[in-house]
Amino acid sequence: MTCTQKPAAPTRRDILKSGAAMATLQLAPGVTLMAFGGSEAQAAADAGKRWGLLIDAGKCAEGCSACVTACADENGWKGKGDAERDAQWIRKVTLKNKATGRTSELPVMCQHCESPPCVDVCPTGASFKRKDGIVLVDKHICIGCRYCMMACPFKARSFVHEPVTNQKTHAPRGVGTVEGCTLCVHRIDAGRIPACVEACAATGNGAMVFGDLRDPESEISRRLAEYPSLTLRPDLDLNQGVRYAEI
Amino acid sequence: MAMEKTLYRELPTTGPLWAAAVLLGAFLLGGLAAFAYTHHHGHAVTGMTNQVVWGLPHVFAIFLIVSASGALNAASIASVFGHAPYKPIARLSAVLAMSLLVGGLAVLVLDLGRPDRLIVAMTRYNFSSIFAWNVLLYTGFLAVVAAYLFVQMSRVPYGWVRTVGTAAFLWRLALTTGTGSIFGWLVARPGYDAAIMAPLFIAMSFSFGLAVFILVLAALFRLSGRKIGRMMYRRLGGLLAIFAAAVLYFTAVQHLTALYAAEHAGIERFILRDGGIYTWLFWLVQVGIGGLAPIALIYLPRFGNSAAEPILASVLVIVGGLAQVYVIVVGGQAYPMELFPGYEASSPFFDGTVSAYAPSLTELGLGLGGVALALLAVGVAAKVLRVLPTNLMDANVPGND
Repeated sequence: MTCTQKPAAPTRRDILKSGAAMATLQLAPGVTLMAFGGSEAQAAADAGKRWGLLIDAGKCAEGCSACVTACADENGWKGKGDAERDAQWIRKVTLKNKATGRTSELPVMCQHCESPPCVDVCPTGASFKRKDGIVLVDKHICIGCRYCMMACPFKARSFVHEPVTNQKTHAPRGVGTVEGCTLCVHRIDAGRIPACVEACAATGNGAMVFGDLRDPESEISRRLAEYPSLTLRPDLDLNQGVRYAEI
Repeated sequence: MAMEKTLYRELPTTGPLWAAAVLLGAFLLGGLAAFAYTHHHGHAVTGMTNQVVWGLPHVFAIFLIVSASGALNAASIASVFGHAPYKPIARLSAVLAMSLLVGGLAVLVLDLGRPDRLIVAMTRYNFSSIFAWNVLLYTGFLAVVAAYLFVQMSRVPYGWVRTVGTAAFLWRLALTTGTGSIFGWLVARPGYDAAIMAPLFIAMSFSFGLAVFILVLAALFRLSGRKIGRMMYRRLGGLLAIFAAAVLYFTAVQHLTALYAAEHAGIERFILRDGGIYTWLFWLVQVGIGGLAPIALIYLPRFGNSAAEPILASVLVIVGGLAQVYVIVVGGQAYPMELFPGYEASSPFFDGTVSAYAPSLTELGLGLGGVALALLAVGVAAKVLRVLPTNLMDANVPGND
């Protein structure tokens, strides 16, 4: 079975381009896609979808970091206790309204922009956006220049400062390269939801909704149509896939 | 008195010249050792973090690359603008431009997370990235300036020198525009994202590059027992003061423009008033020591005529220039990005807080290694090529008529 899943470049890509993508996609495991670099990961994406997250800060419980822990477990980026250099694919940010003093909490990760500055500035094309809107780093051609970290308005990327061991096969990491939230692309390509969303739901808070922004019937689209939401740094007009409500 | 023809000769072998070469070689080895150490352990052994991702090596690299463009001043003034007194120093100008660029690029490349993938950077281009354009601008600069040096040293009609020199002049403007735009085109950070970065960097290149040129010229002549006349120093010193003033002007416009916008009040308060080390570096070192002091040294009449003054002014401009690049590169990252206007943000990932950065010895070693590489390269070139005239005394330098 694994043999048939292995991508054999041109013919397979032609089939995908022809629109018969979905069935093939469900079969392709993230490990193969990611490890073989940008073109393979790109091939798994469905251009008809735009994956996104809606984060309801009103439901994000104070002190809860289930999403962060789940992401670290899923993708194997747990640090060594050096807060300044450890990777941080997702973090909890506490906000205090300067005018009213009201506080709230919310998770921040790669916002999967439609016009991602990290992709614009990457000299080699290692930072790339899939057709379904997921922004990734191709670890094979990242040269570790860190220009994407300079360019990202959301501090969403981390640089691997030390050699790493015990990596997850679906989330390869490498010293000297840059990484960030993949929206759990390996799960999405297998028809599952991101680990953070699953963990948030398991706590009962249900502050995170994952789905297809292009599908008007998806839960995320219905909720976005129902109540006000926003993107971070709307002045930059990046049209992120991650939206926030009730900040 | 009849003027001697300008004779270009290789540097003679002298004791001091060897001593300088050994010293630079030691720094070069130190730089390589720093690189090997960092490459083995990862960037965890540097002062860099996930908040300040470009540190001291980038300060050195950018300083050297910006200076490379400015080192070409003397050659451009001679062959593009036709000022004869600069002709005898035009060859050195081209050699120094290439050497500084190579030194800067070496630091930049060796500080990559994956320097072993340099071939990737040379073969895959994302043309929406100014970084990718810079790879082409830098390598193209080396080629154009090498051609420029070649026509200067060949017996070709002078029209060729002017043509290739003009191409090199335009290329250097593009190169420094590209370097400034690395920051100018960063929309995310309040300290950057400004079109003035490109002309500011061009002014910086004129100033820093000339300062390095003056010091290298003086050092090579002294080490080889050759003489430079007072007029040459005066001419170069006067030019340096003008360029230093241009840097101050663009810096003033940069900050005044930002101060006018309420959204940039935070970063401006940080750099200009509350930023601690960055504020000190800005006012005391960049503006005071690197700007006002050299201008005063050159222009105030009670100083004035000594050859030592342009040399001291050059040292001050370089010190101020390094401070300026440090404030731009590190200061711009240390100040937190405003993800949530109107809110105080805090997180375990240092949202809303000024990031600390303490350069490590390895980063300093790598940066100084790049400087040593550039200086060693220019010394070797002057030793094996006829780039330096035997005599730059006033009577020997052609006039402007």
